This record gives sequence, C-alpha cells and structure tokens, in this order.
Amino acid sequence: MEKFTKFNGLVAPLDRANVDTDAIIPKQFLKSIKRTGFGPNLFDAWRYLDQGEPGMDNTHRPLNPEFVLNQERFQGATILLARENFGCGSSREHAPWALADYGFRVIIATSFADIFFNNCFKNGLLPIVFDSAIVDHLFQEISATANYKLSVDLDAQTITRPNGEMLAFNVDPFRKHCLLNGLDDIGLTLQHLDAIKAYEERRKEEAPWLF
Amino acid sequence: MSGRTLYDKLWDTHAVRIDDDGTTLLYIDRHLVHEVTSPQAFEGLRLSQRRPWRTAANLATADHNVPTTNRGKGIEDPVSRLQVETLDQNCADFGITEFAMHDRRQGIVHVIGPEQGATLPGMTVVCGDSHTSTHGALGALAFGIGTSEVEHVLATQCLIQKKSKNMLVSVDGAVGAGVTAKDIVLAIIGEIGTAGGTGYAIEFGGSAIRALTVEGRMTLCNMAIEAGARAGMVAVDEKTIDYVKGRPYAPTNELWEQAVGAWHQLTSDYDAQFDRVVRLDAALIQPQVTWGTSPEMVVAVDATVPDPDLVRDKVKSEGMRAALRYMGLEANTRITDIKIDKVFIGSCTNSRIEDLRAAAMIAKGRKVAANVKLALVVPGSGLVKNQAEDEGLDRIFIEAGFEWREPGCSMCLAMNADRLEPGERCASTSNRNFEGRQGQGGRTHLVSPAMAAAAAINGHFVDVREIDTQER
Repeated sequence: MEKFTKFNGLVAPLDRANVDTDAIIPKQFLKSIKRTGFGPNLFDAWRYLDQGEPGMDNTHRPLNPEFVLNQERFQGATILLARENFGCGSSREHAPWALADYGFRVIIATSFADIFFNNCFKNGLLPIVFDSAIVDHLFQEISATANYKLSVDLDAQTITRPNGEMLAFNVDPFRKHCLLNGLDDIGLTLQHLDAIKAYEERRKEEAPWLF
Repeated sequence: MSGRTLYDKLWDTHAVRIDDDGTTLLYIDRHLVHEVTSPQAFEGLRLSQRRPWRTAANLATADHNVPTTNRGKGIEDPVSRLQVETLDQNCADFGITEFAMHDRRQGIVHVIGPEQGATLPGMTVVCGDSHTSTHGALGALAFGIGTSEVEHVLATQCLIQKKSKNMLVSVDGAVGAGVTAKDIVLAIIGEIGTAGGTGYAIEFGGSAIRALTVEGRMTLCNMAIEAGARAGMVAVDEKTIDYVKGRPYAPTNELWEQAVGAWHQLTSDYDAQFDRVVRLDAALIQPQVTWGTSPEMVVAVDATVPDPDLVRDKVKSEGMRAALRYMGLEANTRITDIKIDKVFIGSCTNSRIEDLRAAAMIAKGRKVAANVKLALVVPGSGLVKNQAEDEGLDRIFIEAGFEWREPGCSMCLAMNADRLEPGERCASTSNRNFEGRQGQGGRTHLVSPAMAAAAAINGHFVDVREIDTQER
C-alpha cells in the first residue's frame, strides 16, 4: 500500500445521507476478478444517463449533467464531502477501490458504516468524521467558493481550510500508523506467528470440536 | 466487577493478543467464501506466495452469480461464468472444500453454513459479505469483511480488529398472528435507524426473541447490518442446540457432549452491562412494508406513505423526497393501495424451509394476480429445495403461478439474470431496498415471506392477517 502523505485537494460535495455501496459501485461491476479499473463506474447509476454494464467503453456514455462529479468545477476532486452513514450496505471492497481508482484520497462525512470505514484504510483512503455542524459549514463554503480546496495532514491530524483555519480530526492510532507507513496488515500479523500457533494449541485442548 | 455480555465472552475467547490501545488479533474459527469477494484475495495470496493457514477452516460455495434456471446449460454471461470458474479453480488449487454449482448442497453461503453445521455456537465466523451477521443466530460472533480481510484470514486465520460497543435490543411480550421475525427486525430498524447500530454489536434478547425458531433468529441477525451493526447475535438455548444436533459438520459423541457443555455458557451474564439498551413491545409490532430506498423507511401495512412535509430535519425530509421520487410514490398513499409488478421470495434473509412454508400457506389453492408479471420462489440451498419438494411446496407454488427456481442469491441483488426492469415494483423478502439493488430503476418493498405471497395473490400489498389460511 502507498504511504499516505500530506496533500492539498479539491473538494466535491455529495449532499446525501445514507449513500450505500450499491450506489458507490453497482453490482454488475462486482463480477470483475480484478481490483483495479472501477473508477469509471464509480456512482455509475447517478453519473451516467444510460445503464452501465461491465466491458462498456465509458468514455462515450451520456453523462448526467446534474450529478456533482460531472460538473466542470469539481473535475480533479480528491476529497469527497458527504453526510451521515456513508458507505452503508454491503462489505464490497469494490466501493473503496472505485473511490480510490477515481482519484479520491479522503472522504469527510458525519458518520460512516463500519465495514466500509474499515475497508477504506486497507486501500490508502482516509475517512474523516466531523460533526454535522462542521459538515454543514463545509457544504456552505463549497457552494460559495470556486476551487474550494482543503489541506490534509494525517500526521498532525488536521485539515486546513482555505482561510487558514485548522480543524482537528480523530483517527485510530494503529490505522494512522499503517496509513502513514503504507504497512501491509498481513505482514504485521505474521510477526505474531508464534502467538497464533500457541493460541491454536490451547484451543485444541479447550474446544477440540473446532479443529 | 459486573458480568460479561455474550459478545464480551466471544471476543475474549478469540483474542490471540491485545495491544495497549485495544487493537486485537482475533482468531477466526470459520471462514465462508463465495465467488464475488474472493478472487482478488486468492490472487493476493499467490502474489505473496502464501498458502491458507488452515485449509479446513474454509468452506466455499458459488451463490451470487449462479443462474436459477437451466443449470445444465452452465452460466451464459461470460463475466459471471469466469468469476464462478475462478472460485472453482482457487478452491481446487488450495484444497478448500467447495459446494459448486452442481452440488446439491450448494446454496446461499449464509443458508448453507448453519444448514451444514459448519457454523456452530461460540465460533467466530467471517465471510466477504455483510450478511454474515446471520450466523450470530447460533450464538456465534459473525461479521462481514472486505476482500483485504478475506486475504488476511486466508493467510493468518486471524483479523486485526477493534472491539465494538455492546447493544441489547430486547423485544418482550408475544407478537400477534402473522407477525414474523422479518417484521420484528424491520420494526427494530424503523426504531433505531440504519445507522443506529453503527459501532455496536447487537444482542437480540427478550421473550419474543426467545420464542422465535432458530431460522427466525437467522432472519433477525441477518438484518443487524441493515441497522448498522456488523454483528447481531442471540444467546444459546435448547433450541440452538437442537438445531445443531446431527448436522454434517457438527461434533458427535463425546465431543458433542463437551461442546454442549461449553455452549450452555454462551449467554450474557445477568449483571452484564450494555452501552445501549433498546426495548420494543412485541405486541405493538405489525406486519411491516418498506416504502423508500433505505430499510429504515418502513411502516406497518395498515399505515400510509409518510409525508416529508411533516419532517423538520432538512437532510431527512430531502432524503424522503428523493426516495419518493425514485419509488414513484406519493406521500399519504395507503400501503395496501400500492400495486406490484413482481414478487421475489428468497435471499439469505428469507429462503429457508420455514419461510417457504409460510409463503406456501398463503399461496395454497390461490392464483398469482394477473398484474403480477413474475413471482419467483428461490430456495436458499439445494437441500432446502429438496425438502420443500418432499413436502409438496413446489407444487403449491407452481399451481398458484409462481416460478420454482434453483438456489442462489438471485434477485436480492440481481447479479444473475433475475432482475427488475426500470420502474418495476417488487414485493421482496430480501434485505435491501437501495436504489437499483434489484435492477437499475427497480423499486423494492421489503416484506416477510407471507406478506410477499399475499401481495402476489392480490397484486398489491394486503395485511396477511386478513387472509384465511384455515381449511385450505
């Protein structure tokens, strides 16, 4: 996994609550056996006017001009601003794959669904929770400001607004460490190989029917 | 010191190591695998030259993509076919047991786990599917994971996790006739919302939950994730133990006796502390019907579609308006005036034998309404299908005008050929009414199996309690 470093990025506002993983990446694209190439089908049903299928040339499909990511001013956005319960629904990691493949690196919302939240960190995507007053305020600022950008500093756990004001955010220390260093979870777990083996030996005595 | 919850006990038993910040290496007893979320994990395993840590802890089946008709012809869609063949190949390469498409034990992963005794009380159970919460009905800690974690479990038999908070949802009293586990869980989601359980593991308790069959408890725990909770669970009782006994993967003889002794401990202590407690009166729960595009958008069958103009919260009322536009509904419409185009009875929520019996009881001797273009019954597994056929349920459905299909996820998420066309409205026993879930532009109303069958017969929603099921 790539290391997550400081960056400054354009923010796109998706003003909906309960954005589910079926909306983020519709099921027909889950038939792929790869983990790349989902970006062009991110929010497929909202983004295009026709019905998307795997294998289509997405560059010639009719775009929905109403959808925020199709608007000129949000081209190149790397931060997505959303409302509560973002990523609810299925466990499909294709959702963070699609968001990351599109170019997003940070998602700010009032709350996230647990499985989606967890999946983000495995893919170098940082989900940030702010309370609804801050999120409301950010939505207002974006709508009033062209080229609205935020600076994200994971190490310092701050976001800096265009006026220089800083907002602090919380992040789990272990997940932060993994993101900053681009660490692979499996490699970390295998450092505890002896502990896993010892656990198994003990459980074979306690609960032999499980083995 | 106060006692421990069931979740605390399951967690403590499976902690291989706990760091100072609470990050826990959690041991996984059972890993269920299906074709959609596993190919990239197996690929990762190969790229890093790793092998499954404990092959026998894994059990695989193909369910999301498989056709429900003409299986002899194979899978027509080449993309779906490749995904299913990839699972077959991965299982063959790594020596993992798979119930492949032509095996009579094949079925929806969350149906076959308990059916085979492959998920047992006290286990940790994971699968790359959010409805893994289903298995908590047996007193297990079961939750859905993403593909990176699928690879992690394959490689290490463990996951790196943080513990959730404890929530008790207690439903007390007796439900009325015609009110099922599905109605109970929809009512719970209506009460706490789709994010109400976020950050929690939910234990379902109370006399109405204890009165449910184990299959009913599976329906309940299945939808814990629709309330935002990764895991839902029910304490072990004699029903749980009776359910498990004699299943192919269940322990036998002395091991059985030893296991049963341990399983009897799988309840929350009387003085256990929960971070949040929600109480519902079972007697007040009516048959439920969702009207919108989130499972929390749900009302009783005798109610009307809610009016967003009466809701103060702006984000919420806008969400309701968007849902009504998508669903093609007007506020204040009576639920029983909503006509349907298709009916789907199936999914990991409601495709077990009791679900099919409940639907058949309504369908028996009646006909699907003329305005219903398609009414599908999709059993949860090949074994459920066989049993239903032994009981003559297939004849009841076919004579009534339903289609009797092969097992799989089918129109719950429409990854195979079973789907809604744009604008079509469906009474569905599945778990999600999200936009496009059953087909782009499709409109889903979540209901119980009996309510779905009743809607099929009448062509619109009806209160199942008004249907006479005597002497038929």
